[in-house]
Amino acid sequence: MASLWEYANPVKFMQTSGWLMPVAAVLAAGMIAVGLVWGFFLTPDDFRQGSTVKIIFLHVPSALMAINAWAMMLVTSLIWLVRRHHVSALAAKAAAPIGATMTLIALITGAIWGQPMWGTWWAWDPRLTSFLILFLFYIGYIALWSAIEDPDTAADLTAVLCLVGSVFAVLSRYAALFWNQGLHQGASLSVAPGTRMDWSYKGPLYLCMVGFVMLFIALVLAGTRTEIRARRLRALLTRERAMG
Amino acid sequence: MIALLIRDLRLAFRAGGGFGLGLGFFLILAVLVPLGVGPDPQTLGLIAPGILWVGALLACLLSLDRMFALDHEDGSLDLLATAPIPLEGVVAIKALAHWLTTCLPLALVAPVLGILLNLPGPGYLWLVLSLLLGTPALSMIGAFGAALTVGLKRGGLLLSLLVLPLYVPTLVFGAQSVTRAAQGLDPLTPILLMSGITAGSLALLPFAAAFALRINLR
Amino acid sequence: MELRVSDLAVARGGLPLIEGLSFAVSGGEALVLRGPNGSGKTTLLRTLAGLQPPLAGQISAPPEQMAYAAHADGLKSTLTVRENLRFWAAIHGQNGVDAAMAAMNLTDLADRQAQHLSAGQKRRLGLARLLVTGRWLWVLDEPTVSLDVASVALFGEVVRAHLARGGAALLATHIDLGLPEARILDLGPYKAEMPADLGFDEAFL
Repeated sequence: MASLWEYANPVKFMQTSGWLMPVAAVLAAGMIAVGLVWGFFLTPDDFRQGSTVKIIFLHVPSALMAINAWAMMLVTSLIWLVRRHHVSALAAKAAAPIGATMTLIALITGAIWGQPMWGTWWAWDPRLTSFLILFLFYIGYIALWSAIEDPDTAADLTAVLCLVGSVFAVLSRYAALFWNQGLHQGASLSVAPGTRMDWSYKGPLYLCMVGFVMLFIALVLAGTRTEIRARRLRALLTRERAMG
Repeated sequence: MIALLIRDLRLAFRAGGGFGLGLGFFLILAVLVPLGVGPDPQTLGLIAPGILWVGALLACLLSLDRMFALDHEDGSLDLLATAPIPLEGVVAIKALAHWLTTCLPLALVAPVLGILLNLPGPGYLWLVLSLLLGTPALSMIGAFGAALTVGLKRGGLLLSLLVLPLYVPTLVFGAQSVTRAAQGLDPLTPILLMSGITAGSLALLPFAAAFALRINLR
Repeated sequence: MELRVSDLAVARGGLPLIEGLSFAVSGGEALVLRGPNGSGKTTLLRTLAGLQPPLAGQISAPPEQMAYAAHADGLKSTLTVRENLRFWAAIHGQNGVDAAMAAMNLTDLADRQAQHLSAGQKRRLGLARLLVTGRWLWVLDEPTVSLDVASVALFGEVVRAHLARGGAALLATHIDLGLPEARILDLGPYKAEMPADLGFDEAFL
């Protein structure tokens, strides 16, 4: 039985991700295409929100990935701090810009949805505010990575920032809830009884969500592969310099 | 440890130490806001708690980048790291010195600026109290940010980028407690939540900051 | 008390500089490290002082007994000579500020701010700091930079007195301090072989 830690070896990781990345990319493209066509054209309009509601098929999956990307960075940062696997640190680095973009997509689609519904592009609603703050956390994390030259130092420092940032991001979420009770509708999907959404909507939404997960996996793998190649280049240059 | 605190305070008060800069900035901000917003006392009274908290927060940010950078430049940080006091203690003392020289004066002059901004009567006590209880967290979080950026050449701007999102919960609860008090509501809940954040920051962040410092020294 | 280093390897910026280094220094001994620029003297001393982790090998030393002095003296320019020394003495829980100033010929400058000292005087103050640490092993990186002949001799005396008290010293210097009893360790033979191991980055090849 192969251990998960085998993928901490860059060579092994490159081999596996070499075929996994295209698979994930194709799955992502297929699922998102089908999910969006199904969602946009083959579902009935909502009796209150009309066709505007259909932006949900982009909004919810991107919001989901915005949070999960940070969670993934937290886990990979911890793995780096505890077990010093370089691939883990590089995966965290690769995930940050993707997470930031997902946050931005969630914010923009939210604004487009909110304008006809609430009559405003932006409201200082706790959920919106939390996402804006999450975006700021992403910016800080990315900025710290790019500011430090030595890759191991950068990996260590950004990992600590990610840990501390996670705690404060959760605190900010509660602070925002306390601060303003908000306009945003409750969670769209819920396991609680009295389901709020019909299956004609849930089908394409779930498909889009899985598609976004696949998209995220494909992008993180691509990003991590790029980072590994950059490190490889660095190692070669160091060797060349050392040999004179 | 006490020796380090005394040294840092002495350095801050001597010429070129930068003591009072934050205070001046806070004052200028409190003057500029009415000039921008307009002189209507009602409007000013409404936004005064938020302006005073944001102003204190920004003034606190000004001197953060010097916290470890100066000691790093002249080699003291290397020597402190090899000294018999733990680096966590060094971080905590540095944050305390920053609080005493920057944040404490802000909390004490805040009521005067409250008058300028027409802060409603019940707000004053809670303004001072919330700043006294909340700014230690700002100093400690700032020390963590300063430790992350200590080796960098242009660390100042990056430091603000890293630290300001971490300031959000303290700002929200601190300003809310003053706003509620000013409106005659009960300010106890936000101030307790904010004190919790302060206590947690003081307990845990010295370790994170010392970890970051050790990495930056190697 | 003894400092023992076995099979040590150190690296700077991911590039190994020294490997397979072993030596020991015990009380009353001085060891002078020699090697061309870039041979890793500073990196080695920083590693021994505990400021950076070694790439490989063991360092066994009595805990908290290392006093490190680097290129930067760690002086605060707006504090006086006496205040600077008092601070470091207090940090290490020691007295003897006056004795340290006398030993490094700083007594006349006691109340002058460090920013008004000359480069050589600053260096003397930085070295006087060693005397108020009360530590057994002095780890010195080019201690004689910007010192004149008389000050070098003065510092040689201070090191000799430290050794006579049972202390030890590890110096990276090119200048003869007038310590005939000091052993000399040439780092040349320990230069890291290339390209045996380039540290972590090698894993990516």
